[in-house]
Order: sequence, then C-alpha cells, then structure tokens
Amino acid sequence: MTEQYQNHIKLPEGSIEKQTTTLNMGPTHPATHGVFQNIMELDGERIVSAVPTIGYIHRAFEKIAERRPLYQITPLTDRLNYCSSPLNNMGWHLTCEKLLDVKTPKRVDYLRIIIMELSRISDHLICNSIVGVDTGAYTGFLYVMQYRELIYEIYEEVCGSRLTTNIGRIGGFERNFTNTAFTKLEKFLKEYPSVLKEFENLFTRNRIFMDRTIGTGGIGAERALNYGFTGPNLRAAGVDYDVRVHSPYSSYEDFDFKIPVGKTGDNYDRFLVRNEEMWQSLGIIQQAYQKVQEFKGEEAEVFHANVPEYYLPEKEDVYTKMEALIWHFKIIMGEVDMPKGEVYHSIEGGNGELGFYLISDGGRTPFRLHFRRPCFIYYQAYPELVTGGMLSDAVVTMSSLNLIAGEMDA
Amino acid sequence: MDRFFTLDHGPCTLDKEVIMVLTNETIQQRLTEKFGELVFHFEESYGMLSFEASKENNLKIIQFLHDDAQLGFRFLTDLCAVNFPDQPGRELAVVYHLHNLTENVRIRFKVFTNITGPDIFTASKLFASANWMERETYDFYGVNFVGHPNLKRILNVDEMDYFPMRKEYPLEDQTRVDKDDEMFGRG
Repeated sequence: MTEQYQNHIKLPEGSIEKQTTTLNMGPTHPATHGVFQNIMELDGERIVSAVPTIGYIHRAFEKIAERRPLYQITPLTDRLNYCSSPLNNMGWHLTCEKLLDVKTPKRVDYLRIIIMELSRISDHLICNSIVGVDTGAYTGFLYVMQYRELIYEIYEEVCGSRLTTNIGRIGGFERNFTNTAFTKLEKFLKEYPSVLKEFENLFTRNRIFMDRTIGTGGIGAERALNYGFTGPNLRAAGVDYDVRVHSPYSSYEDFDFKIPVGKTGDNYDRFLVRNEEMWQSLGIIQQAYQKVQEFKGEEAEVFHANVPEYYLPEKEDVYTKMEALIWHFKIIMGEVDMPKGEVYHSIEGGNGELGFYLISDGGRTPFRLHFRRPCFIYYQAYPELVTGGMLSDAVVTMSSLNLIAGEMDA
Repeated sequence: MDRFFTLDHGPCTLDKEVIMVLTNETIQQRLTEKFGELVFHFEESYGMLSFEASKENNLKIIQFLHDDAQLGFRFLTDLCAVNFPDQPGRELAVVYHLHNLTENVRIRFKVFTNITGPDIFTASKLFASANWMERETYDFYGVNFVGHPNLKRILNVDEMDYFPMRKEYPLEDQTRVDKDDEMFGRG
C-alpha cells in the first residue's frame, strides 16, 4: 500500500511545462453541494476538459438489498435522492405492489400523490434556490427554506421523520393522515403560492441571473436523449417525456396538469421548467386534497390495501389474536416468500425517471435489485456541457442539473 | 416567459388506440422476420416484452432496434447485469431496457455470457448514456465491454481486485463477533 500511495504524490510528466492549469474541484468544495470531484484543465478561466470522479459515498445498496426483505429496502431508497425521499419510497412501494399484484384503493393513491408532489416541490425548491446561491443570490435560498420546513412538518406528522422518511408501506400508509396533517397541508397550500411568486420575482427577470444562466450549460434534444437525460433536464431541452403522463401510476390519470417544456436546455430553461413544475405540483396537490375530502364515512378511514402477508396487522390484534401475531412475526422477521417474477417499474422522481428493476426467484429477498438512478446516468454529459465555457458557469451548470451525490453513488 | 411553452395534457389524453400501434406482437414479428433463430425466449412479464439473443449479436440487434423506422427504440433506459451462479455457461446476463418514446413502448433485451470470458460488445458508440452504465456493470460484475472507450472502475476504488456484486461474495455476516466495533459505538 505505501508504495501505491507514494505514486499518487508524483507530479505527472510534463506538468511543469504545459500551458494549461489543472484544477481539482472537489471532492469537498463549497460550490459543488455534495461529494463531486472534477479534474479540470483550464486555459485561463476557460475549461478545456473535465473528468468527473464519482463513488465517494458508495454504500452498496444493491448488494445489501439482496439480503433484505422488501420492507427493509425502503430505508435504503430514502438515501438515494435524499432531497425527495418520499418519491423514492413511493416508487419502491409501487414496484413491490406491481410484483405482488396489489391493487391500492383510490384514497391511498390520492394521499400518495399529495406526498409525492409535496416532495417534488421540496426537491425543485432546493435545486432552484441553490442555482440562485451559485449565481450570487443567497436571499432566495434562505427565504424559501422556512417554507420547505412546512413540507417537512407534514412528513413528520405522517411518518415521524423529516429527511430520510421511510414513508408508507407496501399497500398504503403506516397510519391514516391525522387532522393535524391536513391542517398543515392547508397552511402550506395557503402560504406557499405567494412565496413561490416572490421567489420567481427575485430571479426570473433578474438581469444578473439571466446573464449568468442564459446560454450556459445548454444541450440539444438529440444529445440529451442520447445521454439518457430524463425529468426536468430533458424537458428543458425540449422533449415532452414525463413518466406521470406516459405510464401513469398511482392514478395520475385522474388529474389535470400540464407539463412544462423548454427549448434550449440551458441553465435558465432548466430553472424555468422546475419553477413551472412547482406550480403544476401545487395544482395537483389541491386537486388531490379535494378528492381526498370527498371520501366520507368508512371510506375516509381507508389508508391501506388489504395485503395481510405484507402489511403489518393492527397492534391491538397482535396482542389479542393468534393469527395477527403470527403475521406480525413473519413480516418483521422477513419470512414471507414473494412470488417469482421480473419487474421494471419507474416513477417520475425529483430529477428524472427513477426506475427499479427487481428480479425475484421466489425467495424472501430480491434475487437482484437494480436502481435506475437518473442523475448517475445524466451526469456523464457534464464534461460536454461545460467544456469551452467559463469555470464560474460550470458551477452553475452543476447545481442546475440537480445532482445528488447520494443517488449517484447508490 | 416568452421562451417557454407548455404541452397541453388533460385527463387521459393518451388515446390508447392511437398510441399503441406498436404492440409486443408486432415487435416480436418484426424481430423474428429480421433475425430468425438469432432472437429467442420471447416472454411477456408484467406487460413488458422480454427476449434474448446470443452475445455475439447484441450490438447488431440493438442497432436494428434503434434504426428501424417501425421499432425506433432510441432511448436506453437502463443497462445492468445479473449473476446466475446456478446456470453453467450462462452465469452472467446483461440486461438492456429500451424505450420507444414516441409510441411509449418499453422492451427488455438480455444477453447471457459465461463468467470465464465475459466479453460483450459495447453499446456506448450508439448511446452515450451506455458509457457509465457499462463502467458500472464492469465494476460490479466484471463484464468486459469490448470496444468501450474507457472501461475502468467507477464507484469502487481502483485497487479493488474482485467484482463485488457477483453472488460468490456474500454480505458480511451480521452476527460476527470477531470485529472490534468500539470506534463505531457498538462495542
């Protein structure tokens, strides 16, 4: 080992004579918002080439998942894109439900949509406000943080945690939404539009912001598709692909919403697409909340499907009934066999198509589980996006791509 | 906001009859027409058509799926490997998920290889997105993508001398006691 590390310190051949500067940006740099390393060749301030290195926080989720029963994999998905954990959780539950052939009640679907769209808002809010920080406007970021807090309080009320949520179970939710959760949701729906409006006023027509973002980090539709872009980044490049519309899941087909599409795929378009998506998400939440309120009586108490083999029985039953106790034990110990099958399911995550490819050989744990992590796939376009541009634009490009190290490194 | 337009989408505007002209049957028919015996093991699981080919033909078939006017699978959604230790000669599978975005049809395409000489042609010339996905697959399963411009480890350390996602490397026993965990608060 010692010998190997000595090699690392040696200066490369010709590094003194060469005309360009090598800059190591990262792995921990305040402007990268995560563990990203880029070895850049600079000619003055212009980037000649960039070589990204990733994998600093690889945690072997796919390997671990091969030894875990389904319900224990949900916390692993939390830690992929941790800016929108509920989306990952829901995607995973939907994958399991597809494999197990579980049909969820409409009320569960709508409640899930509320949570998913809330987390899309919190995801986009972070990304857009960070673009603001990188262009020199810290105010927007600080201002919207307190409103993201409102979203986190709703999570907290529903599942008990804020960042790594582990929200929902196979078949539905762990408990019904409380009145407090709905009150908090109402508060958010009332206060947030004016906040988003003000946030937009700070940026959308801001001269400095426009100068910094228009025409930087752009990519055409053809290249974006070839690079496997999905989500807001692909739509900013002008391709109208959204999983919610193309393969509706969780009853998205019941909702009326629009998909914003950009033209040039540059940083400004990505910003605009995300902003518009937040408005659309707000609309979806309002519709979903209305639909949820229409359930009356017994229907309003439904918060999970009937899947006794995967959904934990009521605690009271566990203490008083033999069968419930057996199921409780079997589920907790991960002793329920799942059906044999091979399934790919994807949802529209915060930054693109989040896919789960699950192979089951009929055992208690997945035979193979592969996460299609959107930002791992599109980050490889980063050198192409920044080469020829200024170093300061590369920083903005990185944040506007919505790269999350946790998702990239799995 | 002048640079910005939105795509109209009301409830259920995706008309199934208009969209779904490319069915799984037509895909299968088109493929067997072109390749005959070279493509086999057609099956449909959860609505997605899945088929297999020998590893020598993988690139030819992906190219055809990409270029053919009727098929038009121009989006590589996912690429990964699976290890089947119980299938001698077919221990490793490379799985491609392809997507036709205009018709909105997905397919799954697999090639199998033995574990002693896992050489498979790279798709990175056709799809720029395959570059890192193939590197990841190499990193974890040791699949050698022939013709790949930069086939080296991506998530693991360069010094690693095995392929950790293969089934021969089990996870560490959770109950082992020989490890000193004092530093991590579990001692």
